[in-house]
Amino acid sequence: MLLAAASAAQGVIQQIVSGLATGGVYASLALALVLIYRSMEALNFAQGEMAMFSTFIAWTLISVVHLNYYLAFAITIAVSMVGGFLLERVVIRPVEKAPPLTVVLVTLGLFFVINGMAGLIWQYVIKAFPGPPGFPQAPVSLGGVSVGIQDLFLIGVTVVLLAILYAFFRYTKLGLAMRSAALYPETSRLLGVRTSWMLALGWGMAAGVGAVSGMLIAPIEFLDPNLMQPILLYAFAAAVLGGIENPAGAVAGGFIVGVLLALIGTYVPGARDLRLAFGLVIIVAVLLVRPGGLFGRVHVARV
Amino acid sequence: MRFLGLSARTWAIIIAAIVLALMAPLFILNKFNTFQFAYVWALAIALIGLNILTGYSGQISLGNGAFMAVGAYTTAILYFKLKVPYGWTILPAGLVAGLAGYLFGFPALKLSGLYLALATFALALSASPVIKNFGDLTHGHEGIVLPQAEDPLGLGLTNEQWVYYLALIIAVVLFLFARAMLSGATGRALRAVRDSETAAAASGISLTYYKTMAFGVSAFYAGIAGSLFATITAYVSPDSFDLPLSLGLLVGMVVGGLGTLAGPVLGATFVIWLPIYAQSIFKNKPDIAYGVILILLMFLLPQGIAGGIGRLVAWYRRRSTEVGPPADEEEVVHEFAVRNSTGE
Repeated sequence: MLLAAASAAQGVIQQIVSGLATGGVYASLALALVLIYRSMEALNFAQGEMAMFSTFIAWTLISVVHLNYYLAFAITIAVSMVGGFLLERVVIRPVEKAPPLTVVLVTLGLFFVINGMAGLIWQYVIKAFPGPPGFPQAPVSLGGVSVGIQDLFLIGVTVVLLAILYAFFRYTKLGLAMRSAALYPETSRLLGVRTSWMLALGWGMAAGVGAVSGMLIAPIEFLDPNLMQPILLYAFAAAVLGGIENPAGAVAGGFIVGVLLALIGTYVPGARDLRLAFGLVIIVAVLLVRPGGLFGRVHVARV
Repeated sequence: MRFLGLSARTWAIIIAAIVLALMAPLFILNKFNTFQFAYVWALAIALIGLNILTGYSGQISLGNGAFMAVGAYTTAILYFKLKVPYGWTILPAGLVAGLAGYLFGFPALKLSGLYLALATFALALSASPVIKNFGDLTHGHEGIVLPQAEDPLGLGLTNEQWVYYLALIIAVVLFLFARAMLSGATGRALRAVRDSETAAAASGISLTYYKTMAFGVSAFYAGIAGSLFATITAYVSPDSFDLPLSLGLLVGMVVGGLGTLAGPVLGATFVIWLPIYAQSIFKNKPDIAYGVILILLMFLLPQGIAGGIGRLVAWYRRRSTEVGPPADEEEVVHEFAVRNSTGE
């Protein structure tokens, strides 16, 4: 009896750990969404597809060019950042001043284009993506709970990512300029901040962060051009849950969504296939109950 | 002389267009084209519905494909499991989808702009897994194969001609229904809600009533369209109702233009035919072409076509100075253009 309860508890803890791991992926993508939302108050519906494209670049570097995993990881992030930057300059800049929904429609257009391009280049065939070498597949036992080393890698990368972004925005001049450009564009411009370039930098960083999320989830889910669509939905749910303007909130939201999905998928019969619908429920429920998310502010519109 | 808010000249053009559409399968279109235009009429119905929701009540939806799925599966299940003749399943399909849309309208009340886009995006993504999950009813992945719809009246029409006329006639009826609804008090109320919720509410217009009703009506149209899709294809599967369909509806609406009469037909023609050309020219799915066209439209006509959508969100930035609603939608569009060009 006691043993059964203990093993049930271990099972729950195991699910929580693996939920935290996938939650890290949602958190990274949510972070990317928040970076762009903060700078232009628009949701980037192409964020997931951008991450998918980056992941295919990484796959090509690893499986075709036979580069070292970690080198490929770094190159992919760099390439993605440049790509995101250029994408903003070419596609988003013309609609920078347009209403948010115009920007949304443009990102939906990007969604189509990037998905189609990936299909054209890499075909709609699933590909195996390697996990990080040096982190064994076999789980280790921590106090009776078996924990995947790869899961720990996922969680670790997410935390490091958040720390780097925090340090960047908090302690560098460029980070300060980006924050001020997002919050007070007019004033910043008067003070000599090139706000439009800051926007492009934001896109570049978001693309880099998104690339990390894609490379982290690909070993778990297999790689194909539609890989990131469900992840994007969970990332939206995470961002909304954490407060769409709050990077730390988005990360917390990602971990919460990951754990919830893992627990529900395991313990609610038949719920595994309904995880997408569950993402929808989270989004709508949070927006109804706490429109600002758990850690966000509620905006009051003046009429 | 005006009828349903349109001038005699406009009516003459509409009637000429309908006559042309009625003649086309007999003289112009071959079998393949007749089928494709049956889809065009069905999709035009969904676009009329989306236009009511977005163009009139100002609520964006990226998820009307989900309501099409509800309609299509209602038809398939009634027809396949309960042996109801498919002609009798079309209206129930619309009603079931309409009810679903009406209910979705309540949470949507609290969501504005981007958040509604987000929630409906989630709706679009959820449709296919939900259908697959209820395999007993929906046959999961495999979908449901339906018998070909045949001409029940003995008019000597081929299959494709029959579904073409079925879709065309329903489209015309629903077009008139939409005009009747929108040219009267309901249309004015919806536009008032779109332009300023606060002002509309202060004038005694119930936001709850009109916004949920717009969602219900738009889903009703989507449901009918879905039902016709099922009838034309004689097959339903979850993969027909995934994200690209919902986004295709949005593209069709934007391409056709908001608040124009010809918009839904133009948009539907574009959405149905583009993949066919993309297939033959680019040997690829239409995705890239869709995306490029959507982006270019936003660049070239940011305030023209899409301005309708953007304007709904930006309504709070400027006060409408017009005294009464213009009588004709074309005038409204013209007015947008004038206002935008003067930078007002």
